[in-house]
Amino acid sequence: MANAMEIYQLLPKTNCKECGKSTCMAFAVSLLSRELTVDDCPPLKEDKFKSNYDKLSDMIAPAQGASESGMVVHEDKCFGCGNCVVACPVNVADDPHGAGIGRAPTSDKVILRVKDGIVRTSNVQECRRFGKDKILCNGCIVTCPTEAIEFV
Amino acid sequence: MKRQSMVILLNENYHVCTGCALLCDDIEVITDNKKITEVKTACRKGVSRMKGCNEPMSPTVDGQQVDIDVAIAEAANILKNAKSPLIFGLGNSTDGAQIKAIELAKQIGAVLDDTSSFCQGPTIEAIFNNRIRSCTLDDVRNRADVIVYWGADPSNSHPRHLSKFSYFPRGQERQRGWEEDRTMITIDIRKSHTAKISGDKSYQIPLRMDAEFIDALIDALSGKVPKVSFEFDTKRILELANILKKAKFGTIFVGLGLIYSLDDIEPVVRLMDKLNEVSNFHLIPMVGHYNMRGFNQNLFNKTGYLNRVKFEKGNNIDVQHGAEFSIIESLNNKTVDAALVIGNDPLSSLPLTVAKHLLDIPVITIDPCETFTSRKVKVTIPSALSGVECGGSAIRMDGEEVKFEPIIQVGSNRPSDEEILIRIMEAL
Repeated sequence: MANAMEIYQLLPKTNCKECGKSTCMAFAVSLLSRELTVDDCPPLKEDKFKSNYDKLSDMIAPAQGASESGMVVHEDKCFGCGNCVVACPVNVADDPHGAGIGRAPTSDKVILRVKDGIVRTSNVQECRRFGKDKILCNGCIVTCPTEAIEFV
Repeated sequence: MKRQSMVILLNENYHVCTGCALLCDDIEVITDNKKITEVKTACRKGVSRMKGCNEPMSPTVDGQQVDIDVAIAEAANILKNAKSPLIFGLGNSTDGAQIKAIELAKQIGAVLDDTSSFCQGPTIEAIFNNRIRSCTLDDVRNRADVIVYWGADPSNSHPRHLSKFSYFPRGQERQRGWEEDRTMITIDIRKSHTAKISGDKSYQIPLRMDAEFIDALIDALSGKVPKVSFEFDTKRILELANILKKAKFGTIFVGLGLIYSLDDIEPVVRLMDKLNEVSNFHLIPMVGHYNMRGFNQNLFNKTGYLNRVKFEKGNNIDVQHGAEFSIIESLNNKTVDAALVIGNDPLSSLPLTVAKHLLDIPVITIDPCETFTSRKVKVTIPSALSGVECGGSAIRMDGEEVKFEPIIQVGSNRPSDEEILIRIMEAL
C-alpha cells in the first residue's frame, strides 16, 4: 500500500488549492484516507499529468476495497489463524468467554471473525479506528504473521 | 478469594476439525445438499480438509474402476498371499480404525509402522516413558507464561495454535493474555512467520546447531558462561536463560526442525531436566497428522511400543520391535512384499530412492482422496473422510481424547477406514 509521500511525488506540487486543501501534501493525505478522490485535483486531469493520474489511480485502488474503518484484508495472504480475532481488544471486551479465550466467537458484537479460512469484518463502527476520533490501535496488524491486514 | 473458573459456553452445533493434531472443537459449518458450503472459525487448512477432496478416489484394481466389494476382496487376496506385508499410515484415521489395523497386523503377521518413526516418535516415546514432563494445551492456555517454539512454525503447520491455546488467548491465570502475561520465544534456523510475531524474542541459529545451543543454554541455566562455536551473542543466551528461569509455567513446543537436527532425544531430556531443576517446564510435541499420537498411544497400550513393530502370524503374544521395522528400513532392505497404506501418501512424503520399492510390490491404498501413491498402486479403496463423513475419536497432540460425530451422511459406497478394515479381516 502506498504512503502519503509516494502519492505526493506524483502530484503537481503547485499547492494551487483548487482541491480545497491548503497544500498538495494535505491532498495526498486526504487521498490516502479516502476523503477525496484523484478526480478532485483539477490540474491532474491535464494531459501532461496523464501518466501520473493513471499511476495514482492504480496506487490507491486497493484502498477502494477497504472497510469503513480503512481495513484492508489481503485474502491471498490470510490463512485464517485467527490471531487478530483473539487479540482484538474490542472482540475481547464484547466476547470474553468466546473470542477472548481463543474459542469461536459467541457474540454478534465481535468485529472480526474467520469464515472459510479468511478473516472477515462486521460491526465496523465498533473498531477503534472508525470515525473521526479514531485511536491508532494496531492489535490486528502486529499479530498477523503474514501482514495480511493493513489500514489505509 | 477463590478464583472463579471460566465458563466455556459449548454450543452443541460445534464440530471438530480434523485438519491437524489441534483438533479444534469449535467449528460451525453450513451444509447444503450433503455438502459443506461454509466453515466458520476453522483456518484455511481445516477448511480445505472439511470441504472435501478436489479429486475423490474411486475403487480400482490395476487402474480399472471396479465395485468396492471387488477391491476389498482383491486387497484381502494380496494380504493373504504376502509373506511379510507392511501396514503403514493411520495418522489420519480414527482410534477405532487404528485398533482394527493392529488386530489385522496381528492376524496376518505384518510389519506395522506410521509416520512417527521419522517424525515425533522419539519425543512421544520419552513422554510415554515419563522421561519428559508434558501438560495439556488447556493447561497452557490457562497457566503458561513462557512459551517456546523450537524448530516449529505453527503459523503454517497448526495455524490456530497461537490463537486458540498458547500466546493470544486469555486464561484463568493469564487474564491479560499476550499483551502483558505471556512471553513467546522462537528458536529456529529462519525468521519464520511465527518468529515474526515473537519480535526480539526470536533466536536464529545455524542449521544442525540445536544440540550445541541446548548445551550452551544448560550452561547458562547453571550459572556458567555459555559458549557456542558459531557466531552468536552470548548475552542473548544469558538473557534467554533468565526468561526461562523466571517462568512460573513454561512450555516448550518441539517441532520437527529440532527433532531432525538431533541424533537422539537426549539433549532435549537434559534440557528439560535442567529446566525443571531451576524452573517449571513442560514439553508438547508439534504432531502433524490429526491422530498420529493416537496411533502411538493405541499401539503402546497393546504392545508397549509406539511404532516400528512386527507381529508373528498367528502368535498373539510375541511382537518384535526395532529400527529395521520402520517403513524406511523395510523399503530400503526390501523386506516387505506387499503394503497396505491407510490415509497416507508415502510416494510424495518419502524420498523416491526409499519409496521406489513400493512400485515393485502390490500396494493397497485406503484414502478418501486421490494421491500420488493412489495413482500408482494396484488396489485403491475409497473411504469416508473422518471427522466429516464418519465419526469416532482421536488423540490431540497433547494426549487428550477428542470425540467427534459425522457432519454429513454418505452412502455405503464410502465406508469408514474401520469398516473397510473389518471387511478385509472378514474376507481373510
